[in-house]
Formats: sequence, structure tokens, C-alpha cells
Amino acid sequence: MEKPLTQHIHKDGAPLGLKEYEKVGGYQSLRKIVKMSAQDVQTLVKDSNLKGRGGAGFSTGLKWSFVPMNGQKPKYLVANADEMEPGTFKDRILLESTPHQLIEGMIIAAYAIQADESFVFLRYAYKTAAEAITLAIHEAEQAGYLGKNILGSGYDLHMHLHTGVGRYMCGEETALLNSLEGKRATPRAKPPFPQVSGLFGKPTIVNNVETLCCLPHIVNNGAEWFKKLSLTQDAGTKLYGVSGKVKKPGAWELPMGVTLRELIEDHAGGMQDGLKFRGALPGGASTDFLVAEHLDVKMDFAGVAAAGSRLGTGTVVVLDDRTCPVGFVKNLEQFFAQESCGFCTPCREGLPWIEKILNSIEIGDGRPTDIKLLEDHTKYLGPGNTFCALAPGAMEPLQSAIKYFREDFERHINEKRCSYSVKMSMAM
Amino acid sequence: MLTAEEIKEIDKAISIVPYKKAACVEALKVVQQNRSYVSDESLKDVANYMEMSAEELDSVATFYNLIFRKPVGRHIILLCDSISCWVMGYENIKEQLSHKLKIGYGETTTDGRFTLLPNPCLGTCDCAPALMIDKDLYRNLTVEQLDEILKKYE
Repeated sequence: MEKPLTQHIHKDGAPLGLKEYEKVGGYQSLRKIVKMSAQDVQTLVKDSNLKGRGGAGFSTGLKWSFVPMNGQKPKYLVANADEMEPGTFKDRILLESTPHQLIEGMIIAAYAIQADESFVFLRYAYKTAAEAITLAIHEAEQAGYLGKNILGSGYDLHMHLHTGVGRYMCGEETALLNSLEGKRATPRAKPPFPQVSGLFGKPTIVNNVETLCCLPHIVNNGAEWFKKLSLTQDAGTKLYGVSGKVKKPGAWELPMGVTLRELIEDHAGGMQDGLKFRGALPGGASTDFLVAEHLDVKMDFAGVAAAGSRLGTGTVVVLDDRTCPVGFVKNLEQFFAQESCGFCTPCREGLPWIEKILNSIEIGDGRPTDIKLLEDHTKYLGPGNTFCALAPGAMEPLQSAIKYFREDFERHINEKRCSYSVKMSMAM
Repeated sequence: MLTAEEIKEIDKAISIVPYKKAACVEALKVVQQNRSYVSDESLKDVANYMEMSAEELDSVATFYNLIFRKPVGRHIILLCDSISCWVMGYENIKEQLSHKLKIGYGETTTDGRFTLLPNPCLGTCDCAPALMIDKDLYRNLTVEQLDEILKKYE
């Protein structure tokens, strides 16, 4: 089983230095692409069927193809390293352990759209990654992989690290661009899309870290090889993760399309003793729950979508039978309410209301009409009613929790208490 | 007044963006790094240097939860309160931390040693619960470890 993104990572996670990275084939793809036209690089990546690993799953090559290629300057390439989706910890591994792989991927993406400036937008909390990337950018500059006239090709690219100062909204690509421009991280209206008018009003591509890290391998081994890594029609490998009360939580690079059951039972070692699987968020906080009947769902974009959810970031958060589903969702909605940028009304006003209702139910103060009220909100805050995807994302775990765990909501309201002794089990 | 060193760092940030104002978050970070928080006076100095109104800069500063507009302790504790840490019992860690330090979220110990803040997902969910103190990340936390951890910070 091939693991192109993670196979060279040190056991202790220490970053691969430039020399080590070069020894395992690092920066060979750059020598290839500088002899190719930008158009050919785009076509190669389009043919590979690489889809964005940040959550949306849009074709990377297609995304690039909207950038005007008429010689205008400047153009920007931004690596979205603002990994803040609760339950998600996959990009951290790539950022900390293989910073040069990210840089090489960024240079390929930048070359494909003929960008001349690039940024890594890194979240505040990833301090180890910040050090690794700062050093790696310096090393790449010294080696002639970045800067003017890269490898004698006449192509120039500069790279900068920007570390954020918090806020989940920064992960939304247009809000990220506002933040890079020194503004509040509120989303922008689309169109115009960033590919045409992005950072500082110039053509810009924002790609996720894992997406970018796939690029050197696609260039080195070809589109067909990349497609064959996968078990299904969605190409490549995927960094999957599992957290919650399983025996061995962790992250693993696996062929795209392994099942949820394989992730939880084989890789994460199954549930902790005495606990049963109740459900899971397949790809971060803003994805619909999957339950036991979905354990054999293939974890690719199409498979998870067919089961009524989204692959999202591919990092699974497990709900066990001793953890309260209402409390679980309350924690999620509290997060979304806090992280709403406040720009549009349904999100700013709706999410705190939802959090309050869930809190009332959880502490035994819920009313029979509350479930209907929550259900109504999942529509009011659903797709098309808000400015960006934050609130619709927040509604995904809520609507599916009411669908699959309705009896829990009802029991809380009828018995006026939470019957899960969360505190007691924690103290044990 | 911004120091010469601060201005040098801010100018470096300005040099990579097309206009001054775009580097204002970087400028706030520089000031915070040197003075631990951004006071009203510092905010005005930065705004002046960045050719912005203090109000405009404050609207940016207050948007970001890790720009501190109030004095903070010598060490910042960021406790992850997101879903995986919740499932794994972070609330117990919070209770013990608050009890030991006699502070709640957003408060600073009377000796100025620690400020305790909740933080969305720290991105280490397979090792929950987790917290950060300054640059240090602590994973797979138990209540028993807290004294040992806190002891490292004076």
C-alpha cells in the first residue's frame, strides 16, 4: 500500500530537512514542471482527478483553470493551513513533519497559474509548524527552489508565512483573503471568485495543505498512478483520522475509499472496552452524523454524500453510547455560535439561539416544542439563507442528530434531565 | 510610542504587501509580542503608523480572539473546548484548573502569572484533552498532571 504523503515522515514527527527530503526524491517534480507549460501542469492535475482535501472536494485542476492566463501580474497562491475544523488534525502532521513537501506542492500550484507571490496562512496554535515552515522556506530559497529564476527557468516565486490570530472564519477562503489584507475575517460575496479577483483584487488560488502535498507525487508519477492509489473513483490517498472514545485514536494515510468500519475497527482499534459505537461525524464538526447502518460506507466524496453527509476533512469524531448526543451537539453549536463572524443576521442571531435551546434541553429545562424549533432553524440557517457556509455547516450535525437521536432529545425534555452521567464517567 | 525595533519589524511586514494598512494585523502582533497586550495607547500608536483611524484598527483587533486588548498574565493557557476534547472530558480539566488557579475563563491570577482562555480545537484530537501554555502543547491530559505542568511557568 503506497503512502506517498507520509511514508518518509520520521517516527518522532521531527521535520524532514532539505537534504533528507532531497534524498527521498524531494524537489524532483520541480525540475520536471519548469520544462512543462503552465497549461500542461493544469491538464495533468485535472486528469489526475485530485479533489480539494479541505472539505469542499472541488476539482483542483478545474479550480486553477478559472485563473486568467494573460500575463497579468501579480497573481497569488495561498496555502490554507488554518486547520480549525473541530475534530480535524491531519494537516498538522504534514505541516510539522514534511514542510518541504508543502513548499514543493505550492511551487507547482503557483507555476500552474503563473503566480509570483505565495503565502502560507497558518493558524496561531501550530507553533511547531511555524518553526518548521520558516526554516524550510529559508532552505528552499538558499537552494534556488524559491526566489528569482527558479532552477534557471526564468520563473520567479516568493513565499511568505503568515500566522493567524484566531477565528475559525479564516478557514473560509474569501474570509482568509480579507484577513491577509489586514481586515476582519468576514466572507466576501461571490462572484467575483478569488480566481479572478482575490487577494488585493488580484487572481488568487487558495488550496488546502493536503491537496498541495499531493502535487509533487502527481507530477513525478503521473495522473493514472494517482487515480490507481484509490479504491474508488475519487483519486489518491487520504489522510484519515479518528478521535473520541476508541482504543487507538490517530491519523493514517490510506487509499481513498476505505470504509468507516475499517477506520474505526481496524485502524483505531475499535471502541474502548464497555462502549458501543453510536454514530460519527465523518469529516469534522460541520458534517452530518453517520450511524451504525453506515459503517460500510466508503469514505470518499461520493460514498459519504450518498449516505447523506460529506467527507469533509476525513477526520472522524466518534460518538459512543455513554456520551450524550444532546451534549455533543450543544458543544458543536456553542463553537459555531462563538465563531460566527456576525456579518449576516441568520447566522449571528440564529446560532446563539440554537445554543441556548440545546443548553435548556441538556440541563432539563427543555420544552416539548423545542425540537420543532430546532428543526425549523436547520432550514432557516440552511444553504442559500446565509452569506457563507458556516451556518449551513453548523446545521448538518444538528439536523442529523435530531434525525438519528430524536429519542434522546425527547427523553431529556420528558424527564427534565440528562440521563447520561457524563461527569461521573469522567471522574472514573 | 513605538520603539525603533517594533518599527523595524512592522516595516518588514509592510514591505511584502501592496499598501501599509494590509499589514495591520502583523503590526498588532509585533506590539503584542513586545508588550504582552495591545493597550489603548499602543493601539493609537499603531493606527497612526499604519495610517488608519484607531477605530478602524480596533475593529480589526477586537475581531481576533488572540489579539489581547486587555492586560494578560505572564503565561496564557489556551484550553481546547471543542468536540473531541469534550468527549474525552476536558470539562474536568477546566474545573480543576479554575479551582487551582482561582480564575475562570478570561481572568488572570492575582499574581499575574496565568490568564485562562478557552480555545477552539487545537488540532490534536487524537490526543485529547489538550491545552497550550504559551508555545507549549500538552496532550492526553489528566487532572493529575496539572500541578507538574503549571510548576514550569513562573
